[in-house]
Amino acid sequence: MLIRLIGGKVYDPANEVDGEVRDIFIDNGKIVATPPHDRRIDKSYDIRDRVVMAGGIDIHTHIGGGKVNIARMMFPEDHRNDPVSRTTRTRAGCGHVLPSTPIAGYRYAQMGYTACFEPAMLPINARQAHMEMADTPIVDKGAYALLGNDDFLLRMFAANKDQQIINDYVAWIIHATQSIAIKVVNPGGISAFKFNQRKLDLDEPHRHYGTTPRQILRQLAQAVYELGVPHPLHVHGCNLGIPGNVETTLDTIEAMEDLPIHLTHIQFHSYDNEGDRRFSSGAPRVAEAVNRNSNVSVDVGQVMYGQTVTASGDTMSQYRNHLLADPNKWMCMDIECDAGCGVVPFHYRERNFVNALQWAIGLEIFLLIGDPWRVFLTTDHPNGGPFTTYPHLIRLLMDRSFRSHMLSQINKSAAEASHLTSINREYSLYEIAIMTRAAPARSLGLKDRGHLGPGASADITVYKDQVNKEKMFAKPEYVFKDGELVVQNGKIVKITQGATHCVKPDYDKTIERSLKRYFDRYHTVALDNFKLRAEEIKGNGSGVLAIHPCRTAKHA
Amino acid sequence: MDGLNYLTYQEPIDSIAEQRKAIMQQPKFRRLSTLPLINVPCPFCSLLCDDLVIHNRAGQLRVEKHGCPKAIAEFERPPTICAPRIRGSDATMEDAVAHIASMLRAAKRPLYSGLGTDVAGMRAVLPLAERTGGVLDHMHGEGIMRHTLALQDSGWMSTTLTEIKNRADLLIFVGTDVIHDYPRFFERVVWNQHSLFGPKPERREIVYLGRQLNTAPGRSPKGRNPLHIDCDIRQLAQIIALIRTLLKGNSIKARRVAGVPTSVLWTLAERMKNARYGVLIWSPASLDFPHADIVIQVLCNLVTDLNNFTRFSGLSLGGNDGSVTATNVCTWQSGYPLRTSFGRGYPEYDPWRYSTDRLLAHRAVDVLIWISSFSARIPPVVPKIPIVVLAVPHLKLRQEPEVFIPVATPGVDHDGQLFRCDGVVALSVRRLRNSPLPSVAKIVAAIYESL
Ligand code: SF4
Ligand SMILES: [Zn+2]
Repeated sequence: MLIRLIGGKVYDPANEVDGEVRDIFIDNGKIVATPPHDRRIDKSYDIRDRVVMAGGIDIHTHIGGGKVNIARMMFPEDHRNDPVSRTTRTRAGCGHVLPSTPIAGYRYAQMGYTACFEPAMLPINARQAHMEMADTPIVDKGAYALLGNDDFLLRMFAANKDQQIINDYVAWIIHATQSIAIKVVNPGGISAFKFNQRKLDLDEPHRHYGTTPRQILRQLAQAVYELGVPHPLHVHGCNLGIPGNVETTLDTIEAMEDLPIHLTHIQFHSYDNEGDRRFSSGAPRVAEAVNRNSNVSVDVGQVMYGQTVTASGDTMSQYRNHLLADPNKWMCMDIECDAGCGVVPFHYRERNFVNALQWAIGLEIFLLIGDPWRVFLTTDHPNGGPFTTYPHLIRLLMDRSFRSHMLSQINKSAAEASHLTSINREYSLYEIAIMTRAAPARSLGLKDRGHLGPGASADITVYKDQVNKEKMFAKPEYVFKDGELVVQNGKIVKITQGATHCVKPDYDKTIERSLKRYFDRYHTVALDNFKLRAEEIKGNGSGVLAIHPCRTAKHA
Repeated sequence: MDGLNYLTYQEPIDSIAEQRKAIMQQPKFRRLSTLPLINVPCPFCSLLCDDLVIHNRAGQLRVEKHGCPKAIAEFERPPTICAPRIRGSDATMEDAVAHIASMLRAAKRPLYSGLGTDVAGMRAVLPLAERTGGVLDHMHGEGIMRHTLALQDSGWMSTTLTEIKNRADLLIFVGTDVIHDYPRFFERVVWNQHSLFGPKPERREIVYLGRQLNTAPGRSPKGRNPLHIDCDIRQLAQIIALIRTLLKGNSIKARRVAGVPTSVLWTLAERMKNARYGVLIWSPASLDFPHADIVIQVLCNLVTDLNNFTRFSGLSLGGNDGSVTATNVCTWQSGYPLRTSFGRGYPEYDPWRYSTDRLLAHRAVDVLIWISSFSARIPPVVPKIPIVVLAVPHLKLRQEPEVFIPVATPGVDHDGQLFRCDGVVALSVRRLRNSPLPSVAKIVAAIYESL
């Protein structure tokens, strides 16, 4: 079936198209070049004056897996704010900050997003995470396997094993968990917490293994790079949320030298400790370091006001944060000599000095980093706020007077302490298209996503051009997923099943011998049963596994 | 998922020799060969031991290694087959399904309970419950409720089996001996041979709190006896409160609390503080008395207090018959754990109102769909509420239901996925024999289609 989108203003940064009026042709789910005149067009959409972009890609959103489900279980009171009824086409469920899986898929699609990446999948929890993602309709998904606190790896570090063996293990994990990237959370810290260590700085040795976060970060980043995995090591660094942690973040950037690295929810890692309250913005220093180091990309983890729930693998930090739990309930779990998880509810209040400044720090980072190819739009859903706040966040970035107005509403001292008043920058539609489409696709190695050139999968969002960008981005007029119209004027018109994206780096399979010995002795699951096979994702034929190429492996 | 899919399970493999080797290792082929199957996960309790060696000889399964008595009894039960029945008379599957569909069309508020099934089964049940405005509860719903209420009211610090196996130096069993419901618990994670971090597992300290417990498995391989603090579990809250007071450094005048000498509790508190990685273990199903959820909360708070001194975690044993699986799938698909109703089109959660017993007693539901594909647990019977039973063929019913359909067991008759007792580990279980019985997922999907 040949579809033609007529006359839209196209924002396609991957192909350097900045608002030009163009037709887009879709054939069999793919975008194609203008077909010969004699080819029959099966369906046309007149989208003159409309803004066209590729479907949005969320590079960091907690949509599935153990900790999210525990959080759902823990917060019936949150779901009661947003019950969703069944229709003949769509499932029942609930939305708000911890949406049920079908609703998460619908809400992303309704917002013009067509791919979401779960950034913290514990290898032992991979089966559950993929089951939840499989139950998240329409959007594509993928997951980053969490390493750096698993005892198998820490033992190898402690024994000073060759980088080559580390690489083999990292690759084996990517295969065994069907993931697309590697994430590290509080390197070594989740494990150290199990040994009753309550804090771990970049150069502090782990009580049992003696390794430092610096070593873990470097060797994991090296492994990911040498394996040719497109997305760099995805790093949730040390000392999350602690005033003064900007130093740790700057040291981390420096420690990587030229190794590619992605620093996630960097807002939570950009706190200085100046001023009366020993809490201030480290955003200018972080942004300056990011601007200077082209090997670094970040996503922001913007804080949005309101009730939310934080779910993280970082038990060390979540345990520390439990004192701030609002409402007062929380959980932490040590998991399978693999990692851990912690769930702590938060209520970010604009009148609260710290919360208000967190909000401002996030915006400062967005606005002070010059290159939109290296800063991605996230709230670390649901940790900084739910993903449904993205349209509001986009307006904050695109509309300076709106931003000033919002700034005038927050805690006065926080507003004074922030640098926002002196920043005039407004993001353009082109830049928004970069940070929410082109850049995440490029970073993840998704060659056929995030752009509108011939050969791309037809994930396309069409917006009414509006002055109020929040309204504009909240309710696209059309959303196409792989060429099928799935959303029209905010309504789901078709349910599809998105693909699961992954990579399969080469490695030496003899690593399984030492893994088998380890599993037989110490684990409670057999190696064979631990592995998540491709067939399980393909399920009864509804799931698709999209395997993306790795760069040709580079060796040190 | 069809068993044949095992053939495509492998990742791309380079050499032909390697490919052949890999194919020979495929379960499907092992099944057809005379070799026993290794690393077989067991679905019969939520420990999900996955080291069983099982041999299929002409359809009769033999557990050759690592089976507990429960596993042996279940796997080795000679396969039985019976036809579906409508009001006691044999019927075709099509007629049985059509009959259920017509009952559901007429029903105002069906109750889907039992829910002893796998992930695929729950994935089929949820849309049906949505569409029919039904309520969901599990046969072990009381235990599940106590567990989730504690999570919803205060939360906890918890742990999982592999952590216990490698780390725990003090294990305190509260109101449960574990062994009855989870037969290989001690063998698998307490008296294991190897552990990553010292001290040797055989030196672990074991404490029991409660009465009428089988404490024999708590004796170490070298013969060291566990400490058994005999007490009435209904008075647990007082005992825990006292321990928490002692931990705060306050002295106590009373000589005994709930019949237990204060000195014993003082020693226990000291041991807890000095543990390196202590674990408090309870089973919500065993804490079966009014307001037990509050007692579980108190246990959780004790664990949290202990983390002011050292590392300590709780392990709440999630229950058998797929209860952890049912809870997890229901939660991710609807947002709420079990005891959720779709009566108004959207999910509503009420752990008291939507209990099976209560709904039946108040006749708040008009059809009961009972699912039990692991054990022969029978449904509660209430006059004038018609029952549909989807259960193992050897189920002995006291009263003939409106419709009975025999179902296959996941992990024996078909592939599937199940969650382990600690909630975060899911395993794939396998088809071990050819069975003509349909899975719960298939039947429920067929009912949905016939509505
Ligand atoms: S302990 Fe449970 S899982 Fe293990 S073999 Fe026995 S019944 Fe099966
Ligand atoms: Zn995150």
